[in-house]
Amino acid sequence: MLRAFGYWITLYRRTWRGSIVISVVNPMLFLVGIGAGLGALVDDNAPAQIAGVSYAAFFAPGMLAAAAMQSAFLEGSAGVARAAGYGAYRGATPTPLEPEQLAGGHLLFIAFRVLIASGAFVVVMAAFGLTAGWQALGALLGATLTGVAFAAPAAAWAVGVRKLRHIDTMFRFVIMPLYMFSGTFFAVSQLPEWIQPVSYLLPLWHGVELCRTLSLGTATITGSSIHVAYLLALAIGGFLIARITYRRRLHP
Amino acid sequence: MTTVGAPAWTRRRTLALVERNFMVYRRSITPLLNALVEPILYLLSIGVGVGLLVGTVPGVDVPYAVYVAPAILATTAMNTAFNQTSFGVFTRMKIEKTYDAILPTPLSVTDIAVGEVTSAMINALLTSIGFLTLMAVGGLVTSAWVLLALPASVLISYAFAAGGLAVTTYLRDFPDFQYIQLFMLPMYLFATTFYPLSVYPEAVQPLIRALPLYHSIELVREPALGRLSWDLLIPVFYLIAFGSIAMYVATRRMTRAMLR
Repeated sequence: MLRAFGYWITLYRRTWRGSIVISVVNPMLFLVGIGAGLGALVDDNAPAQIAGVSYAAFFAPGMLAAAAMQSAFLEGSAGVARAAGYGAYRGATPTPLEPEQLAGGHLLFIAFRVLIASGAFVVVMAAFGLTAGWQALGALLGATLTGVAFAAPAAAWAVGVRKLRHIDTMFRFVIMPLYMFSGTFFAVSQLPEWIQPVSYLLPLWHGVELCRTLSLGTATITGSSIHVAYLLALAIGGFLIARITYRRRLHP
Repeated sequence: MTTVGAPAWTRRRTLALVERNFMVYRRSITPLLNALVEPILYLLSIGVGVGLLVGTVPGVDVPYAVYVAPAILATTAMNTAFNQTSFGVFTRMKIEKTYDAILPTPLSVTDIAVGEVTSAMINALLTSIGFLTLMAVGGLVTSAWVLLALPASVLISYAFAAGGLAVTTYLRDFPDFQYIQLFMLPMYLFATTFYPLSVYPEAVQPLIRALPLYHSIELVREPALGRLSWDLLIPVFYLIAFGSIAMYVATRRMTRAMLR
């Protein structure tokens, strides 16, 4: 597993510059553009509605979790599908590496990448005074867990995908709506009451809540345990399915 | 090598390429519907969702969603046109080699360029009509002048289709598209899409005013809010000039690249 991880790290040392654009610069632009810009209007108007903190402080941890989801999903789906189709996995199958080791190594690498990107994001948040100290560290770990919770099922699915177009469709119709309605931009409690329970089922909502409560220092043991358990279940379940789908695709 | 008598856009040959693109698109309506998914999500989550937190925008006495919707329409026209002449043209030029098959026919490089821009403009107009219909259904239309959004979207898509074409001639490979995103995303976020110019410090405002998307949004939003004035001629001229310069650069560089 560590060998597979080592491979991805080696590759990453050549390509990290491009990935910085997507995984670090994008969320930071949103942080400034929406958090600060739109936040200026929100803070003037309805400061009470968002738990008494500035809109930027409310939005930033949500964006942190959403960005972790997006980059983990893209690497876990497009990255995996490419590796399975005409890349790294093909070359590794004749070696003693088992499919689940390839899956584990790749997921470990994705976790590492999410950790780095989220780390950069948290540093920016701290620089703007939106979080600090242990709370920042908690949010960072929460974001990484969120990323893995999306990457594992995505990899389990994508290893069998032969057309990259399907990943595009999945991103547009599943990931984008999750991003928009999981409490990233506004609290779920603002939605009509009948739809709120649906939000509580969404995986990103748990990621956003986990990061937000940790970042703002309002986390409770019960709440955080539920979020962590939900996300862990997704990550582990995804990995268990990935072991099957990887074997099916790579050792037919 | 070409015998240019009349300007390219008066020649029927350009239409052949427009027709070709349409025959490809006709097989599925999904590209156009796909182009509408993202703006609708933004309209719902930021326009309506965050809108409840924003209340009214300084200087405008309408619900936030009414304020944001025209801007999203402008960005949709921009993205639809730009994507076709950047991703689309790049794929046809470098991956599918479509133009290599076209160039031995009577079509010149200029015909191809004008044809691509034209069909991008048609696509953008269709998505704009779709989005405008949704705005009307959702009760986000307050003035009949909003209909000016349609000619506006033609102008916007002209500018950005030409711009996309010009940029594409500088790209080497797909990873280079990330650098385009590095410009397009900040422009999307900062060109007064989600809040007025007055939010910015005065020193920054001229910078925002220089962006082509800023003028595109002005051109759609002002009439949509029922505000008409001669000032709207500024974005009109800006977009025509921007598009024409880009068109000139694009055809020149494409001719040089394709007829080596």
